[in-house]
Amino acid sequence: MALDTVGIATNSPDTQQPWRELGLKEDEYQRIREILNRRPTSSELAMYSVMWSEHCSYKSSKVHLRQFGEKAPKSDALLVGIGENAGVVDVGQGYAVTFKVESHNHPSFIEPYQGAATGVGGIVRDILTMGARPVAILDPLRFGPADAPDTKRVLPGVIAGIGGYGNCIGVPTVGGEVIFDKSYLGNPLVNALCVGVMKHEDIKLAKASGAGNLVVLFGAKTGGDGIGGVSVLASETFSEKKPTKRPAVQVGDPFTEKVLIECSLEIFKEDLVVGIQDLGGAGLSCATSELASAGTGGMRIELDRVPLRDANLSPEEILMSESQERMCAIVPPAKIDRFLEICEKWDVVATVIGEVTSGEHLEITWHGELIVDVPPRTVAHDGPVYNRPYKRPENQGDLCADAAENLPRPSSEAELAETILKIISSPNMADKTWITEQYDKYVQGNTVAAGPSDAAVIRIDEESFLGVAVATDCNGRFCKLDPYQGTQLALAEAFRNVAVTGAKPLAITNCLNFGSPEDPGVMWQFAESVRALADGALEMGLPVTGGNVSFYNQTGDVAIVPTPVIGILGVIDDVRKAISYKFTGAKELILLGETLEELSGGEWADGCGHLGGVPPRVNLQKEIVLADFIHAQRDYIAAAHDLSDGGLAVALIEMLLQSKTGATVSIHGDPFMHLFSESSGRILIAVSSEDSNYVVGKAADAGITTTRLGKSGGENLEISGVLSLSMLHLQEANQRTIPALFNA
Amino acid sequence: MRVGVVTFPGTLDDHDAARAVKYAGGEPVSLWHGDTDLKDVAGVILPGGFSYGDYLRCGAIARFSPIMSSIIPAAENGLPVLGICNGFQVLCESHLLPGALTRNVGLHFLCRDQEIEIVNTQSAWSGDFTRGQRITIPLKNGEGSYQCDDKTLQELEENNQVIARYVGINPNGSRNAIAGITNKQGNVVGIMPHPEHAIDALTGPSAAGLAFFTSLVRARV
Repeated sequence: MALDTVGIATNSPDTQQPWRELGLKEDEYQRIREILNRRPTSSELAMYSVMWSEHCSYKSSKVHLRQFGEKAPKSDALLVGIGENAGVVDVGQGYAVTFKVESHNHPSFIEPYQGAATGVGGIVRDILTMGARPVAILDPLRFGPADAPDTKRVLPGVIAGIGGYGNCIGVPTVGGEVIFDKSYLGNPLVNALCVGVMKHEDIKLAKASGAGNLVVLFGAKTGGDGIGGVSVLASETFSEKKPTKRPAVQVGDPFTEKVLIECSLEIFKEDLVVGIQDLGGAGLSCATSELASAGTGGMRIELDRVPLRDANLSPEEILMSESQERMCAIVPPAKIDRFLEICEKWDVVATVIGEVTSGEHLEITWHGELIVDVPPRTVAHDGPVYNRPYKRPENQGDLCADAAENLPRPSSEAELAETILKIISSPNMADKTWITEQYDKYVQGNTVAAGPSDAAVIRIDEESFLGVAVATDCNGRFCKLDPYQGTQLALAEAFRNVAVTGAKPLAITNCLNFGSPEDPGVMWQFAESVRALADGALEMGLPVTGGNVSFYNQTGDVAIVPTPVIGILGVIDDVRKAISYKFTGAKELILLGETLEELSGGEWADGCGHLGGVPPRVNLQKEIVLADFIHAQRDYIAAAHDLSDGGLAVALIEMLLQSKTGATVSIHGDPFMHLFSESSGRILIAVSSEDSNYVVGKAADAGITTTRLGKSGGENLEISGVLSLSMLHLQEANQRTIPALFNA
Repeated sequence: MRVGVVTFPGTLDDHDAARAVKYAGGEPVSLWHGDTDLKDVAGVILPGGFSYGDYLRCGAIARFSPIMSSIIPAAENGLPVLGICNGFQVLCESHLLPGALTRNVGLHFLCRDQEIEIVNTQSAWSGDFTRGQRITIPLKNGEGSYQCDDKTLQELEENNQVIARYVGINPNGSRNAIAGITNKQGNVVGIMPHPEHAIDALTGPSAAGLAFFTSLVRARV
């Protein structure tokens, strides 16, 4: 194909262009023509198509996401908010922490290993770009049924990909979730969260300012991988008829990323850049247009200077390539020599590809010919905005009326024991060591707690023992039954998971995984979910620092259960005081919070193959009271564990298995209901006998309902007058499931 | 006492190894792969990671780095060298230690708290242990299965060159459950699990790994 220049485009308005194939709608293409007052060149078309894709432009979600700004609580902790690569919060002692979660769902379905690996690589670069050292990775994952043949293809590849990348870049993988549900069979969710730490003065922004400053591309060379990944892959529903799109998945090289991390941190330390942006989705199109539009707008790029792995790439392909492990920096001319010297030390290829200009256009040339001449804001920020119709699905009422509370329940000792064993060995509740053992949780030497803990706890200062706690959560079934309540339950659970460590929750991030926004029912789920999160954040006084939206998670007409994964970051003043759910010696077991008859959407109902009813109630104020209580009484609490999936039965057994002991407990009332209800706002704590009266008294003072369950000890779980199960038996049931399913 | 910690591109546990030296009372000195100067250190640690991306074979490229061209003759002349994980692989590739590390029998990367038994307390890096002492330290690798021919294995056993063995289930298929070995002189030690991640019970399974570092630092104060 001959080079399509601005001059040619101006003189050939009638040339047919493949806007449809690039994922643009007709009116979107017309808008581009209006903006430019001519047809776009093929390179411009490539840029607009990737930047205006759902993945990059948030065109369907924008009108809803605005609530995060409009309803934002006043927060002194927020240093950098939504809009940058990742939000940044102040954690004290001059430290700032950045965290963000992103999805890599579609690529991970097509090519599990590389999809998951590059998902990790991408989020780590987002965090690095803020000026931070990446210190932890968490992976919220969702797969189809554990025994489905395709899950056996996808899960081992995803786990190996996360490990293969994370382990090689020296960032510990310390938590996340692994959940199975039939709705994810054709659409697994691979989300990755990264946490980074820096000093306040080291915060970097993606901004190209100062005419004459140089634009430097550094890191890996540009190849043909991932071309069109954004527009074609992330914005289209999988259909069985179309040919496979394997070449659109990027391939990662963690070694290059590790070197890039160290090289970048050394560059930041010497304060050599005025702005920086990583190259992720939409590659150079995104980096140049975003950097330019955040500055004064003017930038000139000589695209032929980009170092290539494949010399045959066309300028359009170079602009769209999603080759991994690349960064783009804005460097003052006086500092370029030192910049290049550091890159050379780390054997990182660095090339000056252009400069910031005093104009207002992003101009890109190819061997001297002008091929792009656009106002960068129109590419990066002024994409289409859709007010998509949304409507509560008609069958939602029937779904909510079909409550799990009406299902026949186990009642005899044998039935209850069998139910416990079934839940504790179900793929969702089973021990996930087979998975977490494939992740390096120790590297960097600051891991105080890692999965299967409620939250990951990371030390950030070796002298003062300041640290952070991070957790992610979401029960998609709750969100299916009621997206508003389900989202607030996810928020409450993530909050509680951080709080049980004794940390103070500080900020929220999210990864909103939904079906097609073109389906009004899905759009209703999304709108409700965003409204719930914005309301919840305001009520809890926590800023939403950023997030990610992943639409089109569906196969044919069937969408996944709505899965707004919520991540909470907390600060802990002294990680030596962090509470885990493992205790030693004999302890009294006390339940904090109230148990109501709430079974719909829970693990027990799921085990019965049932999904219906309304999810548990949520009371965010009570969550705050609980969190404050745990923090205040942490010196008296030997262990604490959040109650969520599987209710008291699962939380109690997990705590006892971790602590290698049995227990004798009494349950007053319907044992089934108390064991399996998934009421929110509950925490199981273990306390020394001599402290128990004090702790119970303090809880009562705080208005928290307490139930003294019993004492640890022995080799069995004895529920007085109800049942007795050997811990060995429970352990075996809990541990055998995942290896039996996935050991090749 | 100055103890060098080498950083290759792709090294991951250098910061942790330096911290361990500090906890042991020594002074960590950073050594760069591209340099040849050993900076008057009294011992060297080759930390864990994926040097040069583990391309070709684990440790195969690192062995030819400028810093190794100084370390290899110094080790042959008695300089204490501890290779951990990837460092162990580099020592085998450099022929400072016999044998090789191959893919784990389970074919997965494995990160777990591993009990090991200290067999040899005569080396430069294991003097602070008692013979038969059992400690739990992190094991984390994909290629940690120690392999050698029968003759080498017999020599290792006869010469008391096995530093430590895995207790319980052999996690990676190493011959004779070998977790670490030393050369005949006892100055060069390679170990697959990570003592530098077990120097403080706050961030590791125990603090028992610290004795590897105190063994060197205290003996030479």
